[in-house]
Amino acid sequence: MIERVIDARGLRKSFGETLAVDDLSLTVGAGEIFGFLGPNGAGKTTSIKMLLALVTPDEGEGEVLGAPIGSREARARVGFLPEHCRFHDSLTARELVRFHGRLHGMRGQALEARIDQLLTRVDMLDAADRPLRGYSKGMLQRAGLAQALINDPRLVFLDEPTSGLDPLGRLLVRDILGELRSNGVSVFLNSHLLGEVEATCDRVAFVKQGRVVHHLTLGAAPPSFEVEIRALPLDPPVLAGLERFGTVVGRPGEDRALLRVISDAVLPEVSRWLVEHGVRLYELRGRRKSLEEWFVDVMGDDQRPG
Amino acid sequence: MTMPAFLTVAHLTLYDARRRKILSAAAACGALFLIVFWIISFLVARDLKLNPQPFVQRQITLVMLSLLGLYAANFLSVLLASLLPVDALSGEIDSGVMQTLASKPVRRSDIVLGKWLGFGAVIVIYFLALAAGVLTATRVIAGYQQLNIGIAISLILLELMVMHTISIAGGTRLGTVTNGIMTLGLYGAAFIGGWVEQLGTLGGIRPARLAGITVSLFSPADSMWRLAAYYLQPDIVRTLGNAGPFAGGSVPSTPMVWWALGFTAAALAFAIYSFRHRQL
Repeated sequence: MIERVIDARGLRKSFGETLAVDDLSLTVGAGEIFGFLGPNGAGKTTSIKMLLALVTPDEGEGEVLGAPIGSREARARVGFLPEHCRFHDSLTARELVRFHGRLHGMRGQALEARIDQLLTRVDMLDAADRPLRGYSKGMLQRAGLAQALINDPRLVFLDEPTSGLDPLGRLLVRDILGELRSNGVSVFLNSHLLGEVEATCDRVAFVKQGRVVHHLTLGAAPPSFEVEIRALPLDPPVLAGLERFGTVVGRPGEDRALLRVISDAVLPEVSRWLVEHGVRLYELRGRRKSLEEWFVDVMGDDQRPG
Repeated sequence: MTMPAFLTVAHLTLYDARRRKILSAAAACGALFLIVFWIISFLVARDLKLNPQPFVQRQITLVMLSLLGLYAANFLSVLLASLLPVDALSGEIDSGVMQTLASKPVRRSDIVLGKWLGFGAVIVIYFLALAAGVLTATRVIAGYQQLNIGIAISLILLELMVMHTISIAGGTRLGTVTNGIMTLGLYGAAFIGGWVEQLGTLGGIRPARLAGITVSLFSPADSMWRLAAYYLQPDIVRTLGNAGPFAGGSVPSTPMVWWALGFTAAALAFAIYSFRHRQL
């Protein structure tokens, strides 16, 4: 059993004078849904392409599913849905999935059964024998998802898999991601839809100007629950005392402090401790920091809309 | 038994070409050409019957008719060989289709070879069908049995493979339009080079002849046609001399055939090497 399905170390890629990816180092665990976040042009797609041997790194090394990055052995157990979902549009969805299955060496009844199973799962069976050129973007993404899963992969790369989908389509993809996770399949998800990422991913990495600048574990939310305290006095001894519950991460005002805590379960204890130490407590408000806020904080003020 | 990946790619290439109606369009144009040629053959045969000519004159007329038909079939096939694969790689790279294909556990060389084989099969079948139509017309309608058919058709097929491989190789580095211009430009250069070589030979202008041969080294396609045309003509027609695409003034040598074979192999090797290092 491979514990790390991706282990990349110091990957770097330039296109002429433009540095696309600078020192990309990351790991993804087995059965993990990993979100890869960053603004446009941050190097997310180039990173995926390097891991799939579509682009050759200038520097760095690593393994995918225990095999060297880009090797055929690794690609045999990987699925990939590219960002723009461009396929041979003269083919039908069934033919598309069949051809890609054959490229994985699949044949005969096993392949046909797998095609039917996948087209049913992505709700494309009724349109399976129509050419792709007549599909909406959402239908193309669902057909593309079927081809990405044809080989029963252990790791799936999804580049913006829900960008063209309606809410029902997104729910379907979310369900499929959940099924993949429960089957021990890892997913490397590149998406701008932070709500989707928050709902599906176990862990995310923020990439900025070609470099991973922050990792965040979602779900367990240890670092993502904040408490805003309005009380007096909030002098240094009180602030130091609050550190037993978490980390003081901000002072929005003289009578205010932002405390990052493990979970909302500590709120009554914080309240009791303040009162017992003679602090006049006016307000105690807890809230989970959204991924979008994390994104804005991590990316800083120097980013412009892409 | 698992089918080799390049055969799956070749199958996909053929399937896609058929679905995009490329094959039916080519077949329709070829059929139109053959209908016209059969009508011309019928008219020539009727005229020869109504106005009998001396044997030599009649043979020359029939040879020229046959050569004309094969030249037209050759030219249509050269266009097909140059333009059919022109976006085989570049178009799929630009559109992103290639990303899905190349992320599968296949070698880049399998993709190049599969495309080359798939389109190559179309080109070969297309030319053979046109040539069969031309030769049948001259045999059945005009009663002329063409000489050296086997060697001539082999040379023309080599010419087509030269152009096809240039187009595939160009597609690994150039955009679709640029690749089309480059491929047809190379054929045009070879065509002009062939004329210059002929004129140089007929006029005794050595520098012109050498210039034509040099161009043929860079683009050996047209020299294969000229060698094929030489084999298709009886001695009497060759000795009478002529100009144009059937000219026999300067006949490409056997080493030029080996050169064309090597050129094709080298172009295919370059295509594989280039595509292997292409960032997708």
